[in-house]
Amino acid sequence: MDATDTLVEVLKGEGPRVLATLARTIGDLAVAEDALSEATITALDAWPKTGIPDNPRAWLAVVARRKALDLLRRESARAAKETAAFRWGTGAAPDQIEEAIEAMEPETSLRDDMLRLIFTCCHPALSREAQVALSLRTLARLEVPAIARAFLVPEATMAKRLVRARAKITTARIPYAIPSDTELPGRLAAVLAVVYLIATEAHAPTGGDAVARVDLEAEAIRLARLLADLMPDEPEALSLLALLLLTSARTSARTDADGNPVTLADQDRTRWNRAAIAEGSAWLSEAVARSGGVAGPYQIQAHLAAAHSTAPSWQETDWDRIVGLYDLLGSITANPVVALNRAVAVTERDGPAAGLAALKTIVGLEYSHLWHAALADNLRRLGHTSEAAGELHSAVTLAPSEVEQRLLQSRLRTVRSELG
Amino acid sequence: MALYVALCYYDRDQYWDSPPEMEFSPEYMEFARRATEAGVMRGGEALHPVTMSTTITVSGGKGGDVLLVDGPYAEAKEVLGGYFLLEAADLDEAIAWAAQIPAAWRGKIELRPIAPVHA
Repeated sequence: MDATDTLVEVLKGEGPRVLATLARTIGDLAVAEDALSEATITALDAWPKTGIPDNPRAWLAVVARRKALDLLRRESARAAKETAAFRWGTGAAPDQIEEAIEAMEPETSLRDDMLRLIFTCCHPALSREAQVALSLRTLARLEVPAIARAFLVPEATMAKRLVRARAKITTARIPYAIPSDTELPGRLAAVLAVVYLIATEAHAPTGGDAVARVDLEAEAIRLARLLADLMPDEPEALSLLALLLLTSARTSARTDADGNPVTLADQDRTRWNRAAIAEGSAWLSEAVARSGGVAGPYQIQAHLAAAHSTAPSWQETDWDRIVGLYDLLGSITANPVVALNRAVAVTERDGPAAGLAALKTIVGLEYSHLWHAALADNLRRLGHTSEAAGELHSAVTLAPSEVEQRLLQSRLRTVRSELG
Repeated sequence: MALYVALCYYDRDQYWDSPPEMEFSPEYMEFARRATEAGVMRGGEALHPVTMSTTITVSGGKGGDVLLVDGPYAEAKEVLGGYFLLEAADLDEAIAWAAQIPAAWRGKIELRPIAPVHA
């Protein structure tokens, strides 16, 4: 890691914390965001010359607060807020950063400020795509072009989405608050869903050519770590971190040397990241210990990921346990994709006839390439080669990305060659 | 504090002076009473059906010809049947109140912040 990387890491790590407190004290997330962006630019300019300050967070906080006050002064329409900010504010001259740092309020409330920021970004009055965009910009400190690239939308579209989301927070007065105990479970679920969505987008990007966008995966894990750190008593927050770590452990084995996708069954398990598996398993144990015997959906998924990650091979996987876990997951989330994965496990446990029967009971996946590919696999194993080719043909047509199309096409060629 | 209008939408016109709407009147009155007592309700009215609407356009700018159309501006499946003006500290508080308006389960409520108009 070179000096610039270190600097960027520090800014990414401290940025959301500075932003969280600044947004509360000035009462406007949009202004706080702009102020932090300006402070970040100042830091990128100053720190290479002066070195990273002893307390980079406090340095950023002081500079960002000044930038915020400048911004508020410039916007005369915000007179009321300006008064509030000055009441809290600072009269320090620009060269008195050290004194200003010493005069800052203690950081005991930082945890609450971070939670406020997270729950505001993932407020249910914002669309899910706005929640994701805000989380990546505000909590993960990704730049707009990077977020736009990650979700394959034009930069202007992503910028507009963020502007609109911030304007709604201010105009509709989405509160900068931690939800009450009664609201917390539902609101936490929304936050976890956002992080999960970022991770799954990293895992199976729609369109494009990359099998996995490692940067989004890293951002999702970073966010999950933050949530686990802030809410150590919430088993589902810990489970989500466990799930993401266990899944990310397989990322490097998901492509071959030519960049083609490799399915779980065919992966070189020596390429799996053992450290990530160990860490994920440890978080899962922690989650289990705190869940009081009731496993939430992320915990069950983490158990599934762990069952795969600790199996010596596809054949030696504990399929009975996996089918059982999918049954449990299916009982709390009626989701056809869960049923599909369960059917794949049934094939391995009970054979292709049972797997085929399970697949045929699933309704709602007629347009899923995965469903057609799973049907094809069972049909082929049962010797119905021409039907299998038909299903694979459907799968190729429906595959959402080029890499998946390539994988399915090569399977189709194999099956057709068996037809002779 | 901020002002919000809770627009009450229904899947058909509401005839407030005839059944079945009349039987819901007590529920609306009860909500209005509680919201007023809490200092949240700042106004609100029920609206006659859209067939009673007149749509007005002044053509060619201010002072131009007044053109009238018998009926609503936009033909839509959903109709605005009334509104409540609510004052709340923030969106969460406004949502908590809006969710108690019978329209929330008899139809849908669109909650919009009121824009302050500067002189």
